[in-house]
Amino acid sequence: MTNKRINAVIIGAGAGGGIVAKELASSGLSVILFERGRWHNFSEYNNDELLSQRTNALTCPFGPDNEKYRRVAPDGKGGWKVVVPNDWTYGNNAGCVGGGTLSYGAMAWRYMPEDFTMKTTYGHVEGSTLEDWPLSYKDLEAFYEKAEYEIGVSGNHSLNPFAAPRQKPYPMPPFSYNHEGHMLEPAATRLGLHPFPIPMLRNSVYYHDRSPCIHMRSCVGYACPVNAKAGTQNTVIPEALKTGNCQLLIDCKVSEIILDEKGRAQGVRYFDSQDKEKSQLADLIILCAGASETARLLLNSKSHLFPNGAANNSGWVGHNLQDHAYCGAIGLFNEEVYDDAGPGACIAINDFNHHNPGITGGGLLANEFIRQPYLFSGLRPPGHARWGKEHKDFQRTYFKKHISVVGPIQEMPVFTNQVIIDPSVKDYWGIPVLRISGDRHVKDFEGCEFLASKAEMWLRETGAHTVWKIMPGKSTSAAQHQAGTCRMGNDPKTSVTNSFGQTHEIDNLFIADGSLHVTNGGFNPVLTIMALAYRVSHYIIKEWNGTRFK
Amino acid sequence: MVFFHNNIARDLLPFVIRIHSFTTMTHYSRRGFVKIAAAGTGGLLFMSSCTSKPSRWLFFTGEEATLAESIIACLIPADDFPGAKEAGVINFIDRQLVSYHRRFQKIYRTGLAKIQESCVQQWGELFNNLPDEKKIVFLKSLEKGTVPGEIWKDLASSDFFSLILDHTMQGFYGSPRHGGNKDYISYRMLGLDYPFIIGRHKYEKD
Repeated sequence: MTNKRINAVIIGAGAGGGIVAKELASSGLSVILFERGRWHNFSEYNNDELLSQRTNALTCPFGPDNEKYRRVAPDGKGGWKVVVPNDWTYGNNAGCVGGGTLSYGAMAWRYMPEDFTMKTTYGHVEGSTLEDWPLSYKDLEAFYEKAEYEIGVSGNHSLNPFAAPRQKPYPMPPFSYNHEGHMLEPAATRLGLHPFPIPMLRNSVYYHDRSPCIHMRSCVGYACPVNAKAGTQNTVIPEALKTGNCQLLIDCKVSEIILDEKGRAQGVRYFDSQDKEKSQLADLIILCAGASETARLLLNSKSHLFPNGAANNSGWVGHNLQDHAYCGAIGLFNEEVYDDAGPGACIAINDFNHHNPGITGGGLLANEFIRQPYLFSGLRPPGHARWGKEHKDFQRTYFKKHISVVGPIQEMPVFTNQVIIDPSVKDYWGIPVLRISGDRHVKDFEGCEFLASKAEMWLRETGAHTVWKIMPGKSTSAAQHQAGTCRMGNDPKTSVTNSFGQTHEIDNLFIADGSLHVTNGGFNPVLTIMALAYRVSHYIIKEWNGTRFK
Repeated sequence: MVFFHNNIARDLLPFVIRIHSFTTMTHYSRRGFVKIAAAGTGGLLFMSSCTSKPSRWLFFTGEEATLAESIIACLIPADDFPGAKEAGVINFIDRQLVSYHRRFQKIYRTGLAKIQESCVQQWGELFNNLPDEKKIVFLKSLEKGTVPGEIWKDLASSDFFSLILDHTMQGFYGSPRHGGNKDYISYRMLGLDYPFIIGRHKYEKD
């Protein structure tokens, strides 16, 4: 069954897709926004830690579900195993209206100018496809500002001497520190560091008809009960729907991009909420399904002109998968440091994002979001018993007497860190699934060792009596910060899209999500994904008015 | 307390939906999926054996429940504060094994049997009949993967130990609505408010 032809199909109602839908619909294009998941709100799970995106302990509460989705990952013994979404090796973000932005921690970082010129800044790195972006910080600056004002960010850039240049202050004042923040701030200053409140996509005051934050401890991993946390589901998606030009199809799973004889994209095939196979024709297709699922869609869409998948004659789709190598340190204190003021994370430094001797790149450091009791049960010093009396004693003694300082090291892109299509495993709808594989680059561990030692130093200065480092695992992950699988570039042989997210090989096929990132910064990537989505939309609208795509 | 009644009602819902979704899944029989579903979720085939006497357990047999309960009592023991046994963690695990954790049914059935087999081989006693010190010694060998003999050749004992440990932590520290953490025992131990009060910081901080 084929629906009426429309102007644009957008796949994925997350950080990127929500913005593209609103921008195109506001400009008069008829739009369908596809989402495989559905709407969620806080009352569905309230403060249930086992049904939070932070643990995914019982299932992934914000999708996708364990019954119908599969991936293939290394089994740790040299073979492969089938995994479900709440296995860590699946690399899940979320599958719902708002995507990851419904339940995220909402840190609102702009990348620094160096993050767009990693190769120029640090030179070639052996074993890595490290490259500059085809656009500079300056090209993205206005779109960062647009994201900060339309979605809503609280912060104060003037306290951060390393902040990227900006034209306007944040639209809302910063959050004050919790007790941990008040302890960490003077210690950082004594060390000659430059602490400041973390910019957040969360209301510190009434903004855009949404209430200010009420400081829940169940914040990161949960939907917000008062919509103080801004995601696309409570900002741009409702705006898009209000225009009357945008239809949101929930519980609809896009399986394939339909390609025509001339090598253009005609539309998409999908399974509707009743699992009926349908197709939707459109002038434009914009993929916003996240770095793993966007690549999967391209790889699963073949024709005689594209035997390796749509827009993949370069062979670069699915490669250079990046996430973040998280590292840091935990400090134990004699006195209570916990004041139950969520979300916990409030203070950061950017002193170690760049120009660290012997290190390629770096990352921010910030205090961690509140670990709830189950998550905390997995946090122990090296060699400490995991169970028994020792477990209980530690849990009781230190639940309110520990501080974590952590940060994301910007990973070196590696060609063989990748998602490919598994030759045999299929999901519930018969769609071939992804196989994820790869190992982090040795430089990532050098960066982590460096950054973790700085976190350790900060915690000691704050007065911790015991401190230990935490380091990431060896394998590539594709979780909430997944990026890089359809990189932008000027050379069609070594990249998938141009600097506007338009695929080199199919002119009416665009991408607007983390897949585009050439490198992933030493920062949480969401504001960059949002800024890119605004930039891609801006380009599409400009070109559309010249009727190039009709 | 309308708040909680709602939770319970909502919580029962997945069972109905799940049974339905499995029926449709088998019905569709799409290429390769049934095979994979079985590999991924393990269970279904392993339903509790039918007895004429109604069991209080949804998944465990009576013997399995006794064993599992004596294991989790060692993992989070009672001291001046209740432990995993008193918090009803066994109810949590039993209930999840026919719900969200259904895919672990096979490993539980096999793993629990192997534990008894190992203990009988080593000490001539079932695990739950061992004195506490021996239970701890045995669990440590299970955790390290150093149980003597061939019993654990096809299932790493450390994998099974980690699974039951993880589920015990979930049951003790997770929301009571899943069957464990009875009367918010662990929240009280940690000094967290219970039930959770939304918006209290508006009053305490400002």
